Amino acid sequence: MEINATQHPMDKYLRADRIPHIWCPGCGLGIVLNAFLRAIDELKIDLDKLAVVSGIGCTGRIAGYINTDSYHTTHGRAIPFATGLKLANPEMKVVVISGDGDLFAIGGNHFIHAARRNIDITVIGVNNYNYGMTGGQLGPTTPLGARTTTSPYGNIEHPFNLCHVAHAAGAVYVARWTVLHAVRLKNSIKEALQKKGFSFIEVIAACPTTYGRRNKMPDALDEMRFYREHSVIKHGIDPAEANIEIGKEIIVGKFVDIEKPTFNDAVEELKRKVKKK
Amino acid sequence: MERSEIKFWNGSIAVAEGALAAGCRFFAGYPITPASDIAEYMALRLPQEGGVFIQMEDEIASIAALIGASWGGAKAMTSTSGPGFSLMQENVGLAAITETPLVIAEVQRAGPSTGMPTLVGQGDVMQTRWGSHGDYETIVISPSSPQESFDLIIRAFNLAELYRVPVIFLTDECVAHMYERVVVPPKEEIEAVERLKPNVPPEEYMPFKPINDIAPMATAGMGYKVHVTGLTHNEKGYPMTTSPEVQEWMVRHICDKIRRNEYKMRDIEEYRMEDAEIAVVAFGIVGRSAKAAVKMARRHRIKAGLIRLKTIWPFPESYFESLADDIKKFIVAEINYGQVKLEVERSVHGKASVELLPKFGGAVHQPSEIYEKIKEVKNGN
Amino acid sequence: MTYWVEEKEKNVHGRVYIIKDRCKQCGFCIEFCPQGVLKQSEEFNAKGYHPPKLVETDEKKCMGCGFCQMICPDFAIFVEREEEEDGKK
Repeated sequence: MEINATQHPMDKYLRADRIPHIWCPGCGLGIVLNAFLRAIDELKIDLDKLAVVSGIGCTGRIAGYINTDSYHTTHGRAIPFATGLKLANPEMKVVVISGDGDLFAIGGNHFIHAARRNIDITVIGVNNYNYGMTGGQLGPTTPLGARTTTSPYGNIEHPFNLCHVAHAAGAVYVARWTVLHAVRLKNSIKEALQKKGFSFIEVIAACPTTYGRRNKMPDALDEMRFYREHSVIKHGIDPAEANIEIGKEIIVGKFVDIEKPTFNDAVEELKRKVKKK
Repeated sequence: MERSEIKFWNGSIAVAEGALAAGCRFFAGYPITPASDIAEYMALRLPQEGGVFIQMEDEIASIAALIGASWGGAKAMTSTSGPGFSLMQENVGLAAITETPLVIAEVQRAGPSTGMPTLVGQGDVMQTRWGSHGDYETIVISPSSPQESFDLIIRAFNLAELYRVPVIFLTDECVAHMYERVVVPPKEEIEAVERLKPNVPPEEYMPFKPINDIAPMATAGMGYKVHVTGLTHNEKGYPMTTSPEVQEWMVRHICDKIRRNEYKMRDIEEYRMEDAEIAVVAFGIVGRSAKAAVKMARRHRIKAGLIRLKTIWPFPESYFESLADDIKKFIVAEINYGQVKLEVERSVHGKASVELLPKFGGAVHQPSEIYEKIKEVKNGN
Repeated sequence: MTYWVEEKEKNVHGRVYIIKDRCKQCGFCIEFCPQGVLKQSEEFNAKGYHPPKLVETDEKKCMGCGFCQMICPDFAIFVEREEEEDGKK
């Protein structure tokens, strides 16, 4: 017999008074949150020294559920907020968790520049192919041909390959997983959190309510089964080769893991050099 | 005991040095004429003082970084001009709703849009007050000289920390580029206010519950695990997006903490107002022409006086209202097509006439122009 | 080939805990359990969903791999692993 419980082992990292969360049944965001908390747990990261920053949207709500210093900022601006926070308070571990629209449409400019500077933060970008919270509009990652509320005849725009963007902009760690790869995702988050510099993890997540049902995957399970059948792990592949197209395989894995001096170290070095006695 | 130092600084350097003296240790900005001088100077000086300078990819990122830095525990500033300030507006609202102390040095040029990038304007008064959406209050301070740029930017930081509010330091192209003598007092004589921190254990802490108007602020890493959101939130900081009651409580709080304390922020220079019949109202660079004009008028036995606003917002409504019991003629001289004029008009409740003497940007009023207006008003035209 | 794997299965079990009222009936735990130990229950939770329950036939079928707790989006299920000395407890 299963045992009825009222407390979950991850509750200690959650703002328990805010659970249940707002996400729809089958939404991948809960899995991302779970994987993040388990990564924190396994690394034994001091929650007093962790800051989670989100932008706006369904993913933007993640910050508010984690029992740490959490910042729910304006649409697209999580990364510059995190940049300021990390620079002002270098002892904090700063993580941005936000959605594809927030990070790559309205906030796209900030993403590439933070990666270029190699700001010492981790960005977890949840890609559900659309703007969920506002009702399923076309986003910067919506695959070509996909139906959304603002592409009712099928998307005619070419989407971003987020990992390729991150790599091209200079991120030192780039990985992609689907939410079905929950264990690998958790391990990847652990690696990213320990990585110095701008690390980026793209998580492909189901959005049954506003994306799936318009794209022949009305149930979250349909999307999850698709991940099971059509994702292929290719570590170390050039992210440029990992485009996402409707009906095609989803290439996942760790694509980039390099070393590069961070902006934060450069700032500290500069301070040491020019500081007035 | 150290002595005061005499410097020959322009308004931009004075703003930067004043900010450093006030404890500013974080600057994020984006180049824009005529405000870049402040950023350039901060890039030079901040690392020397152990602070961080970062040039961001745009003004939106700059203010977002400021809010982040402020929650990281630093006193933070940016500099910009009208177009850049327009880009910042959404996050001015975020700073207001999250009650984040920060300072924006806004060096005005002539607008709208790209306008006259290298020349003076004063058209951003209303933008500093109403630029973001929804109901909120800011504090806006305006200097007329490099000396005031130094002194008042310190006050700007102190008010930001004291009231947990974005403060806009509304200077202009002329004051920023003008070189003058600046007296810098010794460090120990400069009062730098630090934000109130909580002194209760984390489980008892309510991050947005005011004590005497202001809630103590727990920044990142202090162990209070605060949730900060741009959504309507309760005293705990949790989103309450369907409660009109919480919305009312929150909006009243972020507005009333400023409105209620307007008299404490009030900062007005009165010149020859003791027996004045005509009052010239001015701020920033125009305050200087206006003073010269009042002197000219007095030489011609016209009882004119000057009211120079150093704090523009919150607007000293009650000051003007009571003044209008005695003074029946106001002239507002400003480099725009009527902004502070509207506020004076509103404040005097019809008890006095209020006339606008506009300049449209690119030039400052000549004292003689203001003097002519004084004569015209005196003669009842 | 399969002999030692089965040995291991016998020795490691999972105790499945369910927080019924958090379940939103996405079905992930049921679908992706490698041992197929879960099924949808008939009962309704507070939100009107059917939370999962263990398939009654074999109590010890759960190997405690914990995949259900990794892919549950709602913090509604978790597993405690228990290891047995000799396949009995």
